Amino acid sequence: MKKDFKLILIILFLIFSSQRFAFSQSLNSDELIKNAKEYDGKLITYSGEAIGDLMLRGEFAWVNINDGQNALGIWISSALAKEIKFMGNYKFRGDSLEVIGIFHRACLEHGGDLDIHAQSLRKTGSGRIVKEKLNFDKVNLSFILLGALFFIWILTLFKHK
Amino acid sequence: MILKPRLEDLKIIGFYLGKIIIGLALTMVIPILIALCFGEINPALDFFISIEISALFGLLLVKICQTDKDLNWMQGMIVVSLSWVVAMILGAIPLYLSGHWKSFLDACFDAMSGFATTGLTLVGNLDHLSYTHNLWRHLIMFLGGQGIVVIALSFFVRGFSGAFKMYVGEARDEKIMPNVINTSRFIWMVSIVYLILGTLALGITGMFMGMQPVNAFFHGACVFMAAFDTGGFSPQSQNMLYYHSFAYEVITVILMVLGALNFKLHYHLWMGNRKELIKNIETRTLFVTIIATFSIVAVGLAQTGIYPAATILFRKGFYQLISGHTGTGFQTIYAGQFGTEWNQLALVGVILAMGLGGAVCSTTGAIKMLRIGIIFKAFKEDLKRIIMPEGAIVIEKFHHIREVFLEDKLVRSALIITLAYIILYGLGALVGMFYGYSFVGALFESTSAAANVGLSCGITNIAMPAALKVTYILQMWAGRLEFMSVFTILGFLFASLKGK
Repeated sequence: MKKDFKLILIILFLIFSSQRFAFSQSLNSDELIKNAKEYDGKLITYSGEAIGDLMLRGEFAWVNINDGQNALGIWISSALAKEIKFMGNYKFRGDSLEVIGIFHRACLEHGGDLDIHAQSLRKTGSGRIVKEKLNFDKVNLSFILLGALFFIWILTLFKHK
Repeated sequence: MILKPRLEDLKIIGFYLGKIIIGLALTMVIPILIALCFGEINPALDFFISIEISALFGLLLVKICQTDKDLNWMQGMIVVSLSWVVAMILGAIPLYLSGHWKSFLDACFDAMSGFATTGLTLVGNLDHLSYTHNLWRHLIMFLGGQGIVVIALSFFVRGFSGAFKMYVGEARDEKIMPNVINTSRFIWMVSIVYLILGTLALGITGMFMGMQPVNAFFHGACVFMAAFDTGGFSPQSQNMLYYHSFAYEVITVILMVLGALNFKLHYHLWMGNRKELIKNIETRTLFVTIIATFSIVAVGLAQTGIYPAATILFRKGFYQLISGHTGTGFQTIYAGQFGTEWNQLALVGVILAMGLGGAVCSTTGAIKMLRIGIIFKAFKEDLKRIIMPEGAIVIEKFHHIREVFLEDKLVRSALIITLAYIILYGLGALVGMFYGYSFVGALFESTSAAANVGLSCGITNIAMPAALKVTYILQMWAGRLEFMSVFTILGFLFASLKGK
């Protein structure tokens, strides 16, 4: 009896895990855009960096995730979106996220946009502040050019006299 | 006998070119102020260096070529066409220094695309670009949309009779006010009033959409500049798809249409003459061509069955069409979707819309509505001549601010420019096909570049051949200036080589 119970548990685990992973193919944005018809309505896995703004819309939110090729819009529940701390821009490296969700070639709910409706979200890497280091080559170049500009200005004054 | 240009010609051209360059250098102060506000040090340095280089170049030209003589037509045209090339090179310096453009050619491509209000882009990692550089990308659209020479005329030139020659050289031949300097100032006043209203509308909408207030208003200002100046750049890599908002789409459609209207028409609307909007040949032609081209797009999209509902088909099809017709280039679909999801009929509908363009004396490129209207009227007149008795006198008129009799010289001029545009679209498509792209794809991208639109079906990318990048740069330049200044500079070069 105990053995049978274990066996049932293992079978159930395999069924559920296979449903989650076997149908959610890991794809990049180029593949999704080029083969949108093929993946329309399917469960997919998409990974990348959260960029721009986290746009809360009631119980849901829009997060745009860039995988280095394109950025795709992810429609996600606000509760899941709370996990996201850093959004990528000039001063921040955004959180790295892995989304499992339904891909829509032309979403009926969102005006025909190509998007993903997230079912789960996993943070695979934390974002950070990008520290801006002063580029001394640029500083030197600007001083040299300033000197040249000043020199030209002096020359033109002499020429006038 | 062709006469070789004299040294004096070069001095006069150099002097006025120098003045325009100094004007351009001064506009770079705006991004520096933004850099200081956002605490972006290296971007501020990029613009500091660019101002220094521009000021050096401009100052040297003004001093070496010092003159008090006025421009003649040939010199005025050459100053204008050279101004756009020099603006491209100087405007590309800060972009290249940012490290987001792979080569200086790519930065020049984006600078020309910006100044010519096209919107095709080769930027890499746009989502991590600084506020400072992003503002510059959009600001050059705002400056280019009004016209680089218009800026100089408005703020940096205190009246000279050569002004009109430069103004015409920049593809604007309509005087709204009694003189071109006042006309230029009026164009700026209209643009700045709309800038404030548009930024407020988009900024507030952005906040309701969940954007941070600073971002909402920054994006609002950038998107306004790109929409009203029918440019098409966007602060994020997804273009309009970034916002996921119907309200944003509606506001940008309104701004795009406003940008595609003649500034003279704006003046009459501001003066309370609303009937002009209905009577004007340009708005009537625009209305007809929008319906005609949208019908083609709608039939094409219906055939594909990609959009699950009629409302969605309308929303997607109409947005891309208006964006193409007004020469803006905003997209609510990914570039690759044009090639993979839209069929050839829908693409031809958009190509036709892009090739036609908006009104004359607006910020759009392409053939333009006045010329299409005139050609249609001429066609109608010829038909009447065939139908009516031989002795009948056929007179055709059209309304453009006032009643105008259709004269042969008007028709000839409209047909020549139309033909020049068609040749330009075709030449770019030939180069595209030479590099292995399909006919429709190559024609789409070529028309987009030459008509200063900015919609892309995916051909424009960092990896495309350098010769194709140069082709599109030349198309954007020639298309924006409507050929006359470009022909003049070619003639000038020929005379320099073969003249006596």
